[in-house]
Amino acid sequence: MTVLTQIRDVTMRFGSFAAVESVDLTVSSGEVVGLLGANGAGKTTVIRLLLGLLRPSAGEVSLFGALPSIHTRRRVGYVPQTLGLYDDLTVGENWTFTSAAFGSARPSLPASLSDSKDALVRTLPFGLQRRVALAVAFSHQPELLVLDEPTSGVGPLSRARLWQDIRESADGGTGVLVTTHSMDEAEQCDRLAVMVGGRVAVEGTVSDVIGNRQVAQVKCDDWRKAFTVLDAAGLIVQVQGEMLRVPGSPDHVEELLAQHKLDGTVQTVPANLEEVFVSIVLGTSRQ
Amino acid sequence: MTWGLESASVRFGACLALDNVTLHAEPSTVNILVGGDGAGKSTCLRALVGLARLCGGAARRPLKREIGYVPATAGLYSDLTVEENLAFSGRAYGVTGSELAKRSDDLLEHIGLIGARDRLGAHLSGGMQRKLAVGTALLHAPALLVLDEPTTGVDPMSRSELWRLISAAAAEGTAVVVSTTYVDEAQRASTVTLLDRGRAIESGSPAEIVAAVPGRLGIVRSRTQPQGLSWRWASSWRVWAPSGPLPENAEALQPDFEDAVIIAALADEQGVTR
Repeated sequence: MTVLTQIRDVTMRFGSFAAVESVDLTVSSGEVVGLLGANGAGKTTVIRLLLGLLRPSAGEVSLFGALPSIHTRRRVGYVPQTLGLYDDLTVGENWTFTSAAFGSARPSLPASLSDSKDALVRTLPFGLQRRVALAVAFSHQPELLVLDEPTSGVGPLSRARLWQDIRESADGGTGVLVTTHSMDEAEQCDRLAVMVGGRVAVEGTVSDVIGNRQVAQVKCDDWRKAFTVLDAAGLIVQVQGEMLRVPGSPDHVEELLAQHKLDGTVQTVPANLEEVFVSIVLGTSRQ
Repeated sequence: MTWGLESASVRFGACLALDNVTLHAEPSTVNILVGGDGAGKSTCLRALVGLARLCGGAARRPLKREIGYVPATAGLYSDLTVEENLAFSGRAYGVTGSELAKRSDDLLEHIGLIGARDRLGAHLSGGMQRKLAVGTALLHAPALLVLDEPTTGVDPMSRSELWRLISAAAAEGTAVVVSTTYVDEAQRASTVTLLDRGRAIESGSPAEIVAAVPGRLGIVRSRTQPQGLSWRWASSWRVWAPSGPLPENAEALQPDFEDAVIIAALADEQGVTR
């Protein structure tokens, strides 16, 4: 795998505010890297640094072994959350326009979109618009793809198909950087970087990030009372139907339930990515 | 009382936006509508609260003052402060005086906005706005709480806080109906309804939906797309055989909830009878 982009010890200050602090991040060819973080954690600043829209206050950003510039930009495909398509042009026209702007060899429109070639973008269902945006970003065969929430607002099947497209381009050697708030999406990535307060708090594969974190799973005849008791104790309780999931020690949970004379079973199960994310953010901000 | 829709349809001109959808919301349950943009989620919720007229079927809803509804786009006044938003909505629903003051304080404490009570709605972050909008809908302790995509575009921290509010409302006896595009979120539901092009293509508890998956599911650890109905998952493929055996290179896999939802959508698209 070739390193496509490398951010080394980068800090970005706006006045006295450090939006990004001492961040290291690499994306290599053929891998899909997920960038997670709360709003304001610094994800967008990282992308702007990568694209060369911002110069770091300290540290180094390299893209294809050089400083980001208009020349490196040609080799990057970027799909913003707002898609960046022209609503009042057809699918084919969007395709031709972007290929021309990037000076690429104008490969033909993918077969999967040929039925919609003459449709105005704004008349297409949203899931299809997202596929078009992705295809347009692929059209100049970028070596690095940057996708901002690529499947937001899309139904389950369209999401699966969008990921099929993303994976196919990674199989072909493209490196992909995805920012997302969706845990389903994060789980599809080869590696994740979780940003908190401008820093990368945790990095690794999904299983590295989850590690051996566990939650207590509570089944109780009266889930409503159990929820009220555990929530009042300051625990973050995830309700799934009538089952509760609570991070932290099962003993503590059992104790609380016993104190309030609540019958139930407490079992330890692996945490899900959302629970891990929340505990990383809370853990980091409390340090 | 169970609120909900019975075989409800809504027509906008030539477009059947909601097609024969049934949805039940009992007290103390969270019922989730899942689908992409344009699937009919908002129309379904608007039909439930009485903002979209049915052309067929029936809706059972409490009195208007016992409904809390937050549409996808709005839900609060950006030129009013946090406290003024609560007061305005509270008074509109008949909550006044010391009761309003007490409920507002409790709610602000609960949603973590007590320090922001004098801030204008426009000056709140996206996550805070959503929390305030949901809080405003809860102020009059509604029997039915209806939230249209409360967590779309919201980061996981704020999402967790929003779900805390929703779960607390259900724990106090409210019947809750929520729409979302995030499949992982639907696992929090008592019942899930999967919508596509205005139709309910699957419904039940998350466990029932998983148990109802017909045929066999397999995983193929290869870059090459396997024969049959398949979709990519991370670096491997999932393959579903509605009847008959899996391809030879597939290992059998127990479907999880996300698989079950994709299979339901795939079955509907391919016209596979189940």
